Amino acid sequence: MQSGNTLLDHLFRRAGFGASTADLQAVNGLSYASAVDYFVDFDKQPDDVDSKIGATDSVGITSRGPFSPSTAIDDARQLWLFRMVHTRRPLQEKMALFWHNHFGVGYSKVAGVVGAVEGTKMMANRPGETPGPPGHYELLRQKGLGRFRDLLIAVAQDPAMLVFLDGRTNTKAQPQENFGREVMELFTWGLGHYVEADVYAAARVFTGWNLRNVPGANAQDPAAYREFVYNANQHDTTAKTFTFPISGGSNTIPARSAAAGVQDGIDLLTSLANHPETARRLARKLWSFFVSDLDAPDSSFVEGAADVYLRNDTDMRAVLRYLLTSRWFTGPSNVNARYSWPVEYVVRAIKEIGWTGFSVDSARVPLTNMGQTLFEPPNVAGWQLGRAWFGTGAMLARMNFAATLASNQKFNLARSFSTGERSQPDRVLNGMLQRLTPAPYETNETTELLNYLNASGPWTGSDAQMNAKAAGLARLIAGSGEYQFV
Amino acid sequence: MASKVTRREFIRDGVAAFTISFAAPAFLVDIARAQGAVSRNLVVIYLAGGNDALSTVIPYNDPFYYSRRPNIAIPAGQVLQVGTDGAGKAVGLHPKLTGLQTIFNQGHLAIIQRAGYQNSSRSHFQGTDIWGTADPGNPSANGWLGRYLDTLPSPIDPLAGWNTSGATYRALTGVNLSVPSITDPRSYSFASPNSGAEAIAERNSAIRLASLAGNRSNLAFVNTSAIEAFATLDRVGAVVGYQPSVTYPNNGFGQALKTVAGSIAKGIGTRVYWVQTGGFDTHSGQGNAGAGTYGNLMTTVGDGLLAFHNDLQNQGLLNSTLMIEFSEFGRRITENGSQGTDHGAGGLMFAIGGAVKGGIYGTAADLNPKADNPTLENSGNDVTYETDFRSVYAKVLDGWLGADSTAILGGNFRTGAPTFI
Repeated sequence: MQSGNTLLDHLFRRAGFGASTADLQAVNGLSYASAVDYFVDFDKQPDDVDSKIGATDSVGITSRGPFSPSTAIDDARQLWLFRMVHTRRPLQEKMALFWHNHFGVGYSKVAGVVGAVEGTKMMANRPGETPGPPGHYELLRQKGLGRFRDLLIAVAQDPAMLVFLDGRTNTKAQPQENFGREVMELFTWGLGHYVEADVYAAARVFTGWNLRNVPGANAQDPAAYREFVYNANQHDTTAKTFTFPISGGSNTIPARSAAAGVQDGIDLLTSLANHPETARRLARKLWSFFVSDLDAPDSSFVEGAADVYLRNDTDMRAVLRYLLTSRWFTGPSNVNARYSWPVEYVVRAIKEIGWTGFSVDSARVPLTNMGQTLFEPPNVAGWQLGRAWFGTGAMLARMNFAATLASNQKFNLARSFSTGERSQPDRVLNGMLQRLTPAPYETNETTELLNYLNASGPWTGSDAQMNAKAAGLARLIAGSGEYQFV
Repeated sequence: MASKVTRREFIRDGVAAFTISFAAPAFLVDIARAQGAVSRNLVVIYLAGGNDALSTVIPYNDPFYYSRRPNIAIPAGQVLQVGTDGAGKAVGLHPKLTGLQTIFNQGHLAIIQRAGYQNSSRSHFQGTDIWGTADPGNPSANGWLGRYLDTLPSPIDPLAGWNTSGATYRALTGVNLSVPSITDPRSYSFASPNSGAEAIAERNSAIRLASLAGNRSNLAFVNTSAIEAFATLDRVGAVVGYQPSVTYPNNGFGQALKTVAGSIAKGIGTRVYWVQTGGFDTHSGQGNAGAGTYGNLMTTVGDGLLAFHNDLQNQGLLNSTLMIEFSEFGRRITENGSQGTDHGAGGLMFAIGGAVKGGIYGTAADLNPKADNPTLENSGNDVTYETDFRSVYAKVLDGWLGADSTAILGGNFRTGAPTFI
């Protein structure tokens, strides 16, 4: 929905997933700074979104038997989409999505190792719903706006990650390099700051960071789980030397007793999280996600955000407040300056076109065709972003999802127009452009949309005409290029 | 743009869906024909994750292969025989690659050992980009296939390239085109909330709306993907009805190859296809005695390629099709403690086709980790490359696609190219 305030609409598209009428009511009357606080201080709103599942005024979910988001991955996908539509804490879900892309853990490999039920638990177990630790996504949701250092350590000990990058099998006899490499290349400071010898040393640091298995009665038993365990007798206790300083100034993590060896990993993760190059790399990724992926990160922004990150003990909440109130975020040139991700596109379309009688399950397959299956990034580096979202097949999938949704909402859309609005096609168009939030059209494009309303017969505003034209117009707008930007 | 609905209107999920034809596609089909609907195809096959070349083509008489891989080595007795390489070293195929052995025995498989480049990246992403750009010094440039497609006469057919995977790859990016990613032709149709004349009016408006981006280049990029979708619906739709002459394996790789075969058989004009199959980042649990995870990967690859090879052969299309296989790196020689292998260096390429001169190209590494062993690097941990992968690309560009490899690769890499075509 348009709020009438361009900057507020921008904030909702970037820090959230667009605005429904309820979202706009929640910030009604707030200054921009207070609206930013509403997003950033997300925990002042209750985490009650799951209680809306099944309500008549909520988007639907489709369950095959009991709805089981902790143990059935397609239900977990539905739950996340549901939360994106109805959450009162939009930035919490948005940051969870950012981190999901950042850490790149995919369900298929996890489930291939531990089975579908436990694999889903590792990705999405709702805290307390089944025995065992919270799932990967729940962890990102809990810690995504806290200190990055805490998040990084939690992810390094997250069962899903320990399966995905094979840490579960990392032992002192033959260290396993997978996590040790990616934690530097992808999760923290990136290529160019370390050499192969550092990868070997990092692999040794994490020896013994394994999993403890609590088996169930069988593979379908939701009571079964695995949790992080530090296996002291599998830890390489000798000193590890890097080509860069570990916190404290020395390049060497000293030899430690097996009992104390878990500290090796904490030391390495802490020094990586606290490093200015990690701060800069996160700042660049946040720029591309929140500010613009059309323009390269502004170096002043990168230094500014990195400085906030380092001065605030890696606190992401401080960084996000800085970002959302910065001149780069609020500058008009960065409005509609990012290619939307498929889940952003789908959720915003649902929020704006409508959801009564629609199930988020109907978005699952289209999302895959658009190139983004939740819980299944293509690899540990996450999705390819920006223009890479817009192959012809993916664009067709977006247009066709708009058709599916508009078809489903045909009568709701038609009924939303007052008698006065339906009397004239230009008033119908204006009403639809209040509802949907494409980047602004130029005059010849608006004319084309009006031509569509006037095509195939004189305008009468009849129910039959409104049923057809309102849905067709919503499909045209949501399927247009302008609507693909956020 | 004048337009008309020609056929196949149907209702699906309460949404009218139909394929369309309008003035532009007929024109584009002509271009497609001019650009080679009857000429040669290239199918690039990417094994994603870093294929363990030493488990694919096995130096089964090398004692260090067994001493360094006590758990995951393939027993010599299980290896599929393909003879010896140019240096007289016996190598054999993984036991699950019976399909590839069949192709090899027909003389249609070239095995290119130790393909790679100097200072091989151990990063999946940098490595994939280097193989994609063919430029280790600038792996964020456009891709080698995109640069080739850019050389085709303008306007370039939007279907000149076809990516059967959902992801976008550096190899396929060019200046003048965006290679469509079409994973399933069945879902490649246009839908409207309405039907009949109302849907046609909406579709016409959508096409006109997408042509109005003017100089807004980012909008134009998105709109072009929509226009190209409209313009290619009919031709892609034609592939849906393809009846192959063999049964393809019912997995993503097999079905993607079936789609490619359908596209080649229907002559829709595509020159370059991209097919990938993943799961090769085998840090743990590769399996032993030829079974397990890695064995399953080999079954997928070998059975899929054999079906594709035979299907094309049955239809007289094998001589006009070349398959090239690669992965972003080979893996460590010594197994890790997880019965897997970590990221290494020199890898393996295949070329398959009716015009391929089959055989074993290049020489296997000596896996003895002694200091003066020139076939290893990184203190004897990894296989070092022998054949520059860009020389293979040069052979494909010059010898198969009739292009100028020096212009596309930014240098002369013809020296030392294996002579597989």
